[in-house]
Amino acid sequence: MTPLAELPAGFADKVLSAQSTFRAVMDAMARPGSVQRIAAVAGAPKGMMPGTAAIALTLFDHDTPVWLDARMSARPDVAGWLKFHTSAPVIADSSVCSFALFGDPRDLPPLDRFAFGSNEYPDRSTTLILQVESFGRGTAVELRGPGIDGTAMLQVSGLPRDLFERLAVNATLFPRGVDVVLVRDEKIVAIPRSTRLAMRGG
Amino acid sequence: MNAPSYNFAYLDEQTKRMIRRAILKAIATPGYQVPFASREMPMPYGWGTGGVQVTAAILGPDDVLKVIDQGSDDTTNAISIRKFFGKTAGVATTTSTAEATVIQTRHRIPEAPLHGGQVLVYQVPIPEPLRFLEPRETETRRMHALGEYGLMHVKLYEDIARFGHIATSYAYPVKVNARYVMDPSPTPKFDNPKMDNCPALQLFGAGREKRIYAIPPHTNVVSLDFEDHPFARYRFDAPCALCGAGDSYLDEIVTDDKGGRMFVCSDTDYCETRQAAGHRGSESAAPHREVAHG
Repeated sequence: MTPLAELPAGFADKVLSAQSTFRAVMDAMARPGSVQRIAAVAGAPKGMMPGTAAIALTLFDHDTPVWLDARMSARPDVAGWLKFHTSAPVIADSSVCSFALFGDPRDLPPLDRFAFGSNEYPDRSTTLILQVESFGRGTAVELRGPGIDGTAMLQVSGLPRDLFERLAVNATLFPRGVDVVLVRDEKIVAIPRSTRLAMRGG
Repeated sequence: MNAPSYNFAYLDEQTKRMIRRAILKAIATPGYQVPFASREMPMPYGWGTGGVQVTAAILGPDDVLKVIDQGSDDTTNAISIRKFFGKTAGVATTTSTAEATVIQTRHRIPEAPLHGGQVLVYQVPIPEPLRFLEPRETETRRMHALGEYGLMHVKLYEDIARFGHIATSYAYPVKVNARYVMDPSPTPKFDNPKMDNCPALQLFGAGREKRIYAIPPHTNVVSLDFEDHPFARYRFDAPCALCGAGDSYLDEIVTDDKGGRMFVCSDTDYCETRQAAGHRGSESAAPHREVAHG
């Protein structure tokens, strides 16, 4: 365990950094498939990309249980940093977490291990935050639905091969389902549950 | 000891995080009302406490804020909310629809087309479209869960049975993304078509009822109707008396006690922009000089 004095810092300006990060996440969620850039600078523990760290500092707190994948939990710095900066409880039961962080999304467990919410309260669901290798290369998918003018193309590498098929199933559960945020360094792309996906080779 | 001061945009950071998470869920489930822990605001319920909290959670120092009340930039409610954010967030404010990045509105959608860089924040008094038909929250929640909206069609049908047409003229129910029936807040039904496939993000905040909901950009929004009684907009059959506009939503203004009246644009910015461009109505004093106002 790293002593607190050696933990990487959070936002230099908590208020305005959280605001600009939130607007990037909100724009990403409102325009699925579009690449948004997080401008705020935050320290991050090893294994966590700056975008992931900024999202954590912006949205996590004592009300949001967080689940970490094997890659993230292998680094005790990550849980320690999250607890210190956000007070979010890091839990082992993925079915009740508000956010799930993936250092290596290729080990993504079945989506039904996470919270889908109920038909009465679809908001009680998990948001998955996946750190990927790159945007613009790899598996291609065509997106349609709210937030998209016609269709949008998205290419991502570093995901499990069948993720988009699984998200296409996720979309059929609407209004239940998980929302996904993909992160590469300071760039983010969101795929909310309302987005319909169609594979396009690649 | 520092002098007492407010956090940027008034709300504390924990409250903003909670509201921001609710906004993200609302965007992911268009039309669904996300419960949130609404705070007391330094203004009474009914004055836009929900809209103010949503605006406070999204507003940044680079934003340009416009606030309208029934289309007007210069009513008490609009001025006080604009000043509130000018004071607590130091943001630039404007009355121009085109220049604004965040527009908080009570009961209107601006006439000028919105663009992709804008967020429209609605103040909502009663977010539940089924509330007057079914008072129990447990029941309306189940009706939304099942997508069971027959009751709303019965209500519209009863309008037709009693009046011969759908007499609902404001807060006209819409279906969002072919799933949730949603209350567009008490906007005139004239504004309903503007919500469909709108390039701007639309966020709705109800402070007293503690609900946030959203329509993402380019989302399908359909006003409920019947094949033989299709949805129709309504406006007074007159041009604006100040700018001559024939396409804007009009307010009726009584001018004397002998039945005299005039119709003017409800959207003051639209009307002033047109007058500045040289458009004249029957009652406008020409030449028009005063363009800017507070």
